[in-house]
Amino acid sequence: MVKLQVNGQTQSFDGDPSMPLLWYLRDELGLTGTKYGSGVALCGACTVHVDGEAARACITAVSDVSGRSVTTIEGLDTNGNHPVQRAWRALNVPQCGYCQAGQIMQAAALLTTNKNPSEDEINSAMSGNICRCGCYQRITAAIKAAATGA
Amino acid sequence: MTLAHAVIENVSRRGFLKGVLATGSLVIAAKLVPARAEAAGYATGAEKMPHGVRSDPHLFVSIAPDGIVTIVAIRSEMGTGSRTSLPMIVADELEADWSRVRVVQAPGDEEKYGNQDTDGSRSTRHFFMPMRTCGASARMMLERAAAEKWKVPVSEVQAKNHEVVHTKSGRKIGYGPLAAAAAKQSVPTRDQVKLKDPSQFRYIGKGNIKLVDGRNIVTGKAMYGQDVRLPGMYYAVVARPPVYLGKVASVDASATMKVPGVVKVVQIEPSAPPAHFNPLGGVAVVAKNTWAAIKGRDALKITWDDGPNASYDSATYRTELEAAARKPGKVVRNDGDFDAAMAKAVKKVEAEYYLPHLAHATMEPPAAAAQIKGGKCEIWSSVQSPQAARDLVAKRLGIDPSNVKVNVTLLGGGFGRKSKPDFCIEAAVVSKAMDGAPVKVVWTREDDLRHDYLHTVSVERLEAGLDENGKCTAWMHRSVAPTILSTFVPDAKNQFFIELGMSLLNVAPTIPNVRVENPEAEAHTRIGWFRSVSNVPHAFAIQSFIAEMAAAAGKDHRDYLLELIGPARKVDTRTQGDTWNHGEDPERYPVDTARMRRVIELVTKEAGWGKSMPKGSGLGLAATYSFVTYVAAVAHVEVDANGNVRVPRLDVAADCGAVINPERIFSQMEGAAVMGMGIAMFNEISFKNGRVEQGNLNEFDLARISTSPVDIRVHLVPSDYSLPLGGVGEPAVPPIAPAICNAIFAATGKRIRQLPIRDQLKA
Repeated sequence: MVKLQVNGQTQSFDGDPSMPLLWYLRDELGLTGTKYGSGVALCGACTVHVDGEAARACITAVSDVSGRSVTTIEGLDTNGNHPVQRAWRALNVPQCGYCQAGQIMQAAALLTTNKNPSEDEINSAMSGNICRCGCYQRITAAIKAAATGA
Repeated sequence: MTLAHAVIENVSRRGFLKGVLATGSLVIAAKLVPARAEAAGYATGAEKMPHGVRSDPHLFVSIAPDGIVTIVAIRSEMGTGSRTSLPMIVADELEADWSRVRVVQAPGDEEKYGNQDTDGSRSTRHFFMPMRTCGASARMMLERAAAEKWKVPVSEVQAKNHEVVHTKSGRKIGYGPLAAAAAKQSVPTRDQVKLKDPSQFRYIGKGNIKLVDGRNIVTGKAMYGQDVRLPGMYYAVVARPPVYLGKVASVDASATMKVPGVVKVVQIEPSAPPAHFNPLGGVAVVAKNTWAAIKGRDALKITWDDGPNASYDSATYRTELEAAARKPGKVVRNDGDFDAAMAKAVKKVEAEYYLPHLAHATMEPPAAAAQIKGGKCEIWSSVQSPQAARDLVAKRLGIDPSNVKVNVTLLGGGFGRKSKPDFCIEAAVVSKAMDGAPVKVVWTREDDLRHDYLHTVSVERLEAGLDENGKCTAWMHRSVAPTILSTFVPDAKNQFFIELGMSLLNVAPTIPNVRVENPEAEAHTRIGWFRSVSNVPHAFAIQSFIAEMAAAAGKDHRDYLLELIGPARKVDTRTQGDTWNHGEDPERYPVDTARMRRVIELVTKEAGWGKSMPKGSGLGLAATYSFVTYVAAVAHVEVDANGNVRVPRLDVAADCGAVINPERIFSQMEGAAVMGMGIAMFNEISFKNGRVEQGNLNEFDLARISTSPVDIRVHLVPSDYSLPLGGVGEPAVPPIAPAICNAIFAATGKRIRQLPIRDQLKA
């Protein structure tokens, strides 16, 4: 039995403890905002926060987060108004939108440790998050906007 | 009241689709080609697409008593923004307040809604006028209802910002209270419909509309095919033959059945070639969650009979294509006398270019859920062609298409992959094997890369003769590539007119002697259309080659290109052997060289063409016409001492006619620039022993934030509504790779003739 916090709620799971957190969130809890993209931490679409730090849910076993606190895109802000989410909407960042939850979770984690990242720091923090539609220029702009409150 | 249905889930179905088996445009094309279609020409324009277009407001618009306007989106949203832009067009003509507009998605039903095959950069191009007509008709019905209510002439009332005003008295009534009476008004006939004057547009051309799915996307609520959840749903993954046309020889599922959560193993019968949109066959593992299904599949012991493509090897195949490109092939255009002109040429230039297979690699791998109840099948999927999915699921299940409903989710990228609904058919087959229980078939990334309908692989050979002034007098292009047609027609080995019409036949009109040949190439995998399709290899070769010709002539590339295009004129593509013209009437859409010149002049001006560049830096230019839109790009490239290539800036100028939703046009051009950069730098799918060599995104590398162009500047040519619309989703892809390679040449003197560039400059 694994016990963990997901978006502030206590959950317990008595299935396969080696199940990746990604599939636990999606299939067992119905939190489908966390996306599958590569399954092996190559694209960042499944990025969540574990105790506030960005983590790839696809290579994190449920047992790895026993007793820890997981935040998904659904729990980032009650009203969907985290500064990163607001900036994303203001700049119409998404095209297809599939990777954006992972991008936003990665960006939000970056801004908690670095309030005003440089372009190089943004590139470095975000380079594991692929967007096949190619929204990178707007992602950079939105992170800067979220950082400055613009 | 409803002008139309308020909820699309309750759309009633009509049952007269019998006999309509496949409606994708390319499928129609494939059926036509072996006959006399090339001589007969090809259906062009929106009206002639399968099922045409509709503009009846009863189909698209409903207004609730509280005034909320619901607009039906009929095209699949895969990132182009059509789910925002098309309802925006309706709302503008309807004089609706966008904050009181909701958008719902239509299921696949082309008899009802018109063409839904979201492909070919057609959504806004083909539906702009129908959606305007629809919105204007609904507006007029509201005005008539208000005039009747007030017993005043309709000429005295005017719809404005979600209410109708009696201009004389200033009386006002909202759309909500009027809706029921409006719905009873007859729909204005075509000649009665009064469209707005463009000066009165409130959203069209303004870029002031946020994405309809913006909030859902950033909060994780947006639903894609991979996200579908149904009560009691099973999850399935499929082990497919690793070689195209391979089969299961034997399967041992005993270890699989011991994996906790695995429920059943289902064999999917392979389909007889050609591939069409049919499943590849294989073994499905059905489980209570995705993880159990994946683990169960890992535990399968399958012996494959690899079949006729077991020796497909990309290195060997390339030498075969090259050999074919060095011998005469089927002549597809022959104007003047190339050989005679070449014999007289003062300078000769020749070059061969190689472009590999590409995978679509949508961020969302394909997925579909299906359930079958009482002889009816329902599908939920991220599919570009819901009607084709409906027809083919029906065919596979042996039921009438009227008994199949295809619900369209958001698409996590499409790029042509999700036009091919093989994954929907898989879901239906597995659901049937589970007695109709809901089943979601999930493709993993490995499945996606190994079982795609790949972009073709090609060798492009060009030869040109120049006179004493460097002017091109002779042009020969041999293009060798397995054809998309092979996916639909047995033994197809030549590119068909759609591929030929993509930047191959349409040579610069000043060249007097032109020969274009297409030697045969056999396909050993499923070839499909990928964003911009054959424009990618053809335009890469041509736009690189023209830069090589300019260098041979000792001229500035831009000046040489403009001279080659020649003075302003309108070219009927049929005079160049292209009857297709990207699906538009060549008389309505001639190739206008003035527009081509304009995008070249604009982009070079904006990018500072001709300015002095530091050592290791260069600017490169390319210009293409595709999907009836004109695009030119200038890449600024830096190559360091170690041969690392960086693209600090890309300028893109586009003329797509009137600018309907500039905000989404910019985003499409930005995205196309990134995708073009990926094609230039990183992307390659290759085969060994019949199998795709790449398994995941470490091996099929995509452009990342750290490797994509830093600064993309899009310049749109202003236009009015007198010109018919061009495409937007695809046309900015083809010029990017040649612009980058031309910039590398300017920076280093090294000519890249094969993609991807990867570490070619590092030697």
